[in-house]
Amino acid sequence: MAIYGVAILAICLLAGQLVGKLLGWMLGMDANVGGVGIAMLLLIWVTHRLRKTGRFPEATENGVLFWSSIYIPVIVAMAASGNVRAAMQGGPVALVAGVLVVVVCFMLVPVFSRIGRAEDDDTHLPK
Amino acid sequence: MKQFIESLLIEHNLVTAFAVIGSLVWISYWLSDKLTRGRLHGSAIAIFLGLVLALIGGLVTGGKKGLADFPSLAGIGLLGGAMLRDFAIVATAMGVHLDELRRTGLAGVLSLLTGVFVSFAAGAAVAWAFGYRDAVSMTTLGGGAATFIVGPITGSALGAGSDVISLSVAVGLVKSIVVMIGTPFVARFIGLDNPRSALIYGGLMGTTSGVAGGLAATDPKLVPYGAMTATFYTGLGCLLGPSVMFFLIRLIA
Repeated sequence: MAIYGVAILAICLLAGQLVGKLLGWMLGMDANVGGVGIAMLLLIWVTHRLRKTGRFPEATENGVLFWSSIYIPVIVAMAASGNVRAAMQGGPVALVAGVLVVVVCFMLVPVFSRIGRAEDDDTHLPK
Repeated sequence: MKQFIESLLIEHNLVTAFAVIGSLVWISYWLSDKLTRGRLHGSAIAIFLGLVLALIGGLVTGGKKGLADFPSLAGIGLLGGAMLRDFAIVATAMGVHLDELRRTGLAGVLSLLTGVFVSFAAGAAVAWAFGYRDAVSMTTLGGGAATFIVGPITGSALGAGSDVISLSVAVGLVKSIVVMIGTPFVARFIGLDNPRSALIYGGLMGTTSGVAGGLAATDPKLVPYGAMTATFYTGLGCLLGPSVMFFLIRLIA
């Protein structure tokens, strides 16, 4: 049933966030360190195990895939509920600092992409 | 009649959000197809329109949550809030290739550290240029250049003024918006078309909202890779900001 997939997803997110919070607490701060990333790794691992033992039928998978497919609308809603006014009213300091840091980081992407890449390893995602 | 409709929309605020956001996405994909022949991704247009609507909402209501400050549209704040956003981001991990993660591990960690350092450096430099020359303000604004969460956390830890803290939030918001809008345009030039570069991009940019929006607008298949590294960034920034970064900036300033 689809709800099984949704429940697996929910449990992974909660577990990941808990670990992230604990990690932050151990480092002495009130912040979540990688909770979402840990949840993602957990979901990959759990679904992989379940699939291997044949306990992850299509109906269950659809419960997860629905949320994955609703991702873009969620991001659009996120954009529509952001504090864009404050960004625009931050004046030249906010504008210059915000743009400069993005430009520099964009330029660093190709530099880092070369690190540790073998010659024959130029994999692209299947279209 | 207007009263009836408004109270109906308020009662069903999440359902209203589905209807409004769904229509917005539909219009955006239609515009993408008709005006740009699909060259500009529909999701990029949708995110851009969302930001414009958020600005209008903020200007009209004077609130902090864009369109969601209209009572009848409050559901958009729930749909686009951190809870459902993280839920959907984690779901995208279903499409991740584990080998990719393993092979990019080192570059991913390096990109995270570099991303935090570069953001603090760039933010502090701009702060200095605009006359904020004390180490506390420079570090706080540098934190804002990391993300709009790192800025205020760093600022309050160091005891920065509230004006500087709000300014650091504004810096982070500008960064997030520029990443969202800019990514689809620069993707081709920075080789952002495979899982490896998406992981690195997530670590360098760090702003979860910006990365999530930027990759969605470029190629949704890349989302989980970028989100994976970006999610460690804010925590790392909060950790390094008031400590290592403040120390380094104080040495120079």
